[in-house]
Amino acid sequence: MIGTTRAPPEIEAAPAAATLGAGPLQIVMPIAIGLVILGVWEAAVRLYDVPVYILPGPLLILTTLVTDWSSLFQALLITLQVTVSAFLMAALGGGVLAIVFSRSRWIELSLYPYAVILQVTPIVAIAPLIIIWVKDTYVALLICAWIVAFFPVLSNATLGLSSTDHNLLNLFQLYGASRRQVLWYLRVPSAMPYFLGGLRIAGGLALIGAVVAEFVAGTGGTNTGLAYRILESGYRLQIPRMFAALLLISLTGILIFAALSLLSHLVLRNWHESAVRREN
Amino acid sequence: MSVVRLSHVGKTYSNGTVALGGVSLDVRAGEFLSLVGPSGCGKSTVLRLIAGLGELSSGHIDWPGATGLDAAAGHGIGFVFQEPTLMPWASVFANVMLPLRLKGVARDQAAPRVAAALAQVGLDGFAGAYPRQLSGGMKMRVSIARALVTEPRLLLMDEPFAALDEITRFKLNNDLLELWREHRWTVVFVTHSVYESVYLSNRIVVMAAHPGRVVADLAIDAPYPRDEAFRTSTAYNGFCRTVSATLQQAMAA
Ligand SMILES: Nc1ncnc2c1ncn2[C@@H]1O[C@H](COP(=O)(O)OP(=O)(O)O)[C@@H](O)[C@H]1O
Ligand SMILES: [Mg+2]
Repeated sequence: MIGTTRAPPEIEAAPAAATLGAGPLQIVMPIAIGLVILGVWEAAVRLYDVPVYILPGPLLILTTLVTDWSSLFQALLITLQVTVSAFLMAALGGGVLAIVFSRSRWIELSLYPYAVILQVTPIVAIAPLIIIWVKDTYVALLICAWIVAFFPVLSNATLGLSSTDHNLLNLFQLYGASRRQVLWYLRVPSAMPYFLGGLRIAGGLALIGAVVAEFVAGTGGTNTGLAYRILESGYRLQIPRMFAALLLISLTGILIFAALSLLSHLVLRNWHESAVRREN
Repeated sequence: MSVVRLSHVGKTYSNGTVALGGVSLDVRAGEFLSLVGPSGCGKSTVLRLIAGLGELSSGHIDWPGATGLDAAAGHGIGFVFQEPTLMPWASVFANVMLPLRLKGVARDQAAPRVAAALAQVGLDGFAGAYPRQLSGGMKMRVSIARALVTEPRLLLMDEPFAALDEITRFKLNNDLLELWREHRWTVVFVTHSVYESVYLSNRIVVMAAHPGRVVADLAIDAPYPRDEAFRTSTAYNGFCRTVSATLQQAMAA
């Protein structure tokens, strides 16, 4: 309106990587502690002459990882494939079902209890059944991993879709928004932080589900993943190999978590408290 | 000529609260009307019913100037809530464009109108900012720009400046008056501040609670433009005293 009313420029540039790159100490310290622990481990194993089939030292584990890389990597790919597919199906299925729930109270009331039942039943207990019923082991693994990963997405997205700001809903109504517009322009964006939080949990759970199902499936199937490598190494007393496989599973879990945290940060960086660095 | 006419409007919420017990009010074209009254007397309810949010329990609301369809669809109404009510995930531009987007206006047609609305509230240059980067006063300006972007004939404002500090509020008061004089809209402004209502309006309607009703209808016939000199004038003080006394009676009643 008036030239003189210009408010002072209070804009601050959106901080680039707030939750991730939080000070060098936060990265240096855990690494230092890790190195110290590994050093003590290696020293203790050598000092007390611990047999390799009880506890191998970190160096031996590392060399095993390198020498057995091709077979371990093959197994990693299979576990990863199950995990990622199950995760994507959980993300899509949970998101879509949450939207369906938000549009129809009846469907929500009828289906939600079953989603809860799926969730509270331990996957180890159902996995054998699924593996018997489903001929294809890969599909069976996928179903197991999906079952564990699905619920956190569904429940978080459902919560998010029903937490829309009441005033904004009024505003949309005032301007004659259709239900579709309310959903896509208002409910879905405001549910995003919840949905992404659900994804972060689901990523880890999909890996756990895949590994548990592989354990239960045992030898069935020709292509076997990391969990089966662990079992197999255990039978053969190849403990360094067992540790190497374990290491790969942990690294995979960390990688999944980091990737989903990054995704969450990128999507929310402009607006959500969780992704915004405060100056005070 | 009336813009909107409330006749014996009653509102009882589903929990049994009688928010309004027969409110009659004639909002005339071009006036700056303030609703004042104690908290809970139904000021917000009146505004929301005018905006078409929620059903009347009794009485009716007429739009003498507009076709029925117009009024029902909420066309020509701008609403400013007490909170800025911005979408935090959307830029200032997208927030202001929202009413146009909901009406299906294409982005390239909407852009100049959004820019004009932002310029009106003194926020040109902030189109790309996000709400969290703005101060409380600037967020309120965005909220006002969003209400202006559809070029409403009737602007409804529900305690828009109540949460702001005094300096910012005075500034926004002046800017709002200037816009009003420029555009000649009709404004219905809810406030709990007698001083703010006297400064802004040429008509003040005082309400009382339990049930919500109109107890006084006062004309503030001081000339515009009003500025800081008016804020310190004896005429202003006189009006404030009258409105305060009426409000005291309303609260005692
Ligand atoms: N959605 C609602 N449900 C039930 N009661 C409400 C609702 N909104 C307002 N009320 C009640 O109606 C009365 C008038 O409220 P309101 O119009 O918000 O008053 P004011 O804006 O003057 O403070 C109050 O007693 C309030 O508690
Ligand atoms: Mg109110």
